[in-house]
Amino acid sequence: MIFSAPLEEKFARMLAQYPPGRQRSAVVPMLIYAQDEVGSITKELIEEVARRCGVTPLQVDEVVGYYSMLHRKPIGKYHVQVCTNISCQLVGGEELYEHAKRKLGIGHREVTRDGRFSLEEVECIGACSWAPAVEINYDFHHQVTAEKLDQLLDNLPDSDHQGAANK
Amino acid sequence: MCLVEVEKTPKLQVGCTLPVAEGMVVRTDSAVVKEARKGTLEFLLTNHPLDCPVCDKGGECELQDMVFRYGAAESRFTERKLHVDEKQWSPVVYFDAPRCILCYRCVRICNEGMGVGALGVSDRGVISEIIPNHYDHLECDECGACIDICPVGALTSGIYRYQTRPWEMNHVGTICTHCADGCRTTLGVRNEKIIRGNNRDRSGINGEFLCIKGRYAFDFAAHPDRLQSPMIRQTGGFEPVSWSKALEVIAGRFQNVKARGGKFGIIGSNHTTNEENFFLAKLARQGLGTQNVDHHRTGDLATFFDALSGRKEALATTGDLYTAKAVLVVGSDLAQQHPLLSYQVRANFRHHNAHIYTVTIGPVREDHQSAGAVRVERGGEVAGAWSLREKLKAETSLVIVFGDAIQGDGLRKLVAFGDSLGIPVKYVCLVDYSNSRGAFDMGVIPRNGGMSREQMLAAADLDVLWVIGANPLKNAALASEDAFVVVQDLFMTETARRADVLLPAASAYEKSGTVTNVCGEVQKLKAAIKVMGAKADLEIFGLIAKEMGLNLGIWLPDRVFEEIRKSVHGYNVPLPVVATGGAAPTAPLNGHVAMLPGAIQSACDTLFTSGSLSRYSNILNSVMEAPGAVYAGEKRAGGQ
Repeated sequence: MIFSAPLEEKFARMLAQYPPGRQRSAVVPMLIYAQDEVGSITKELIEEVARRCGVTPLQVDEVVGYYSMLHRKPIGKYHVQVCTNISCQLVGGEELYEHAKRKLGIGHREVTRDGRFSLEEVECIGACSWAPAVEINYDFHHQVTAEKLDQLLDNLPDSDHQGAANK
Repeated sequence: MCLVEVEKTPKLQVGCTLPVAEGMVVRTDSAVVKEARKGTLEFLLTNHPLDCPVCDKGGECELQDMVFRYGAAESRFTERKLHVDEKQWSPVVYFDAPRCILCYRCVRICNEGMGVGALGVSDRGVISEIIPNHYDHLECDECGACIDICPVGALTSGIYRYQTRPWEMNHVGTICTHCADGCRTTLGVRNEKIIRGNNRDRSGINGEFLCIKGRYAFDFAAHPDRLQSPMIRQTGGFEPVSWSKALEVIAGRFQNVKARGGKFGIIGSNHTTNEENFFLAKLARQGLGTQNVDHHRTGDLATFFDALSGRKEALATTGDLYTAKAVLVVGSDLAQQHPLLSYQVRANFRHHNAHIYTVTIGPVREDHQSAGAVRVERGGEVAGAWSLREKLKAETSLVIVFGDAIQGDGLRKLVAFGDSLGIPVKYVCLVDYSNSRGAFDMGVIPRNGGMSREQMLAAADLDVLWVIGANPLKNAALASEDAFVVVQDLFMTETARRADVLLPAASAYEKSGTVTNVCGEVQKLKAAIKVMGAKADLEIFGLIAKEMGLNLGIWLPDRVFEEIRKSVHGYNVPLPVVATGGAAPTAPLNGHVAMLPGAIQSACDTLFTSGSLSRYSNILNSVMEAPGAVYAGEKRAGGQ
């Protein structure tokens, strides 16, 4: 499996930054960046990361199963993550999540038919001071209300693509 | 569960990760500790089914023991238990997820102990489960270490499950009869049937280790094709006869051939005991007056003992592979052919950072720990070892383990290479089967001009061919058409089919005696079961000798072993060590050893084959052959 030139360069840097024999440390970052490019964590991707990091595919699989930000199935172009943990919940996080479900017509970890949106109810994303918080791909949106969310979702550009982290 | 109370520390501490400190006062049995453990157990039991009455682990379950000890009979958990159906991952391994307490022992032993890494953990929280490497099935050594180490009944074996309860069995500690490593296996026996094998008391040279053969491949003993009556070949086929009739025919013929100075050919076994081999050699030389005694030799022990003769400390023990600073593996895929030695080397690497070097014709598992892996063409092994010379010279001690690729001159060159390093070097000459080493040491070899196995088969004027627990006619023909063939075996092998008189022999699990493993350590067999109709080979030898009117001494295993201790060089081992189930190292390095005629070839068994025995082991035939056995493709002539 070959990735785009910038990503290959990034992986080369990443593998070199860990001491010899500790290349397995790169498993998580490699997975997340590769996911942005490939769209999801495929079997081939798991095998490729395992090969590059010198671990078994099963060990990479364990990591994929553990981290909720790694997706085995493709997610929408815009991955909408609504926090419903305690701080957000106290100021309407759950209502916001319900609103998002109605607005997009999909539930937790589901994708709209056109592939534009996917929705996820997430645990704390560390934005408690600005609750309720929503994360769309890698962008944070603070003190979100139902109206603000509608506006946000309606005005997302068509040309944007996920993988903001690669920028 | 390991929470302990440490004085001057406000909260309970996790015992397994807490470093010991000067002046520390630790309480492991206080009221607070007990309460904490009870709480942990209550938590573990939230999703654990209370199916102890049907669970295989019942009676030897660590969770059951703990609950019994600390009590967590009442649960505050009123929610529904999460149920997941049981899965079968291989013919050996079954997984029942709800019983699993996610201790990860199986994952660790597979990864660290076996070096396979076939098990992992999926997801997290309540839905977290142990997963096999191929999602719905396992591809692994099928060693069952995960099942053995599972503290609960989550992992169970296809062989033992739902068969019995642990307290209903007799547990007989004996030595595995498959490869030459000599692992101790405890056979669980009920009603004269072996139901399971494990190493439950961690005794023996193998500690907690056993491969699929030691743990599960005892099933050949109960195979329906076992021979149960002596038979004489008639024109229409084999006809069952009484033991006395069969012995009479054999003794009569032997007498006759001996009297007219005819030619005997005797092929001994790699699986019979030292006592049997010793008695057979004596019967051949003193009783029948022949030197034509041989067995399927799988390692060049003659050159080996000759090259090292007179040295002390030159033979490595199984334990040495765990403690040596460096190990060099030449021409062998240890993980496939010598799983215990491979395990020892791996453990040595893991615990002591030992430097492992490999010189092989293809990739082997030891490469993963290797400080230097050299690939060679066949025959280039010694040169391959030389290429590691500078690295090896820097080591402080070394064990060299080599396969049948190293023999004759090559072996002497390897020893010269070892000498040139200027560091203490010990050796292991690999041989294939449970008593290959013993067969050689006891003299089942063509000394003093005797004929080798190949020469016997090729001699057109051979009068008698007597084969004990071997299958030389599998890949070769018997030149002498008129030869009177006597075969002692468990099964109707290719050789047995050619027999004039066929005697049903007992397997190693049905007899007493001693065997010598690949490292020359003597261990005691203990009979676990009796099989109707079959006799131990020693008894058969004794009865033939008696029938012939020969006086070769009493043929009780203990008495013969006494004789071995007195007369076989290097075998004067301390009796208490052997009698109590220990492994006593032998050192038959005694002056010049005459070179022997005949070929030396490993049968190149893999983890899932074991000569003729594996044909009759359903479990070995049912597992998927894992790829990667470097030397397995070598189906060479002469294997048994």
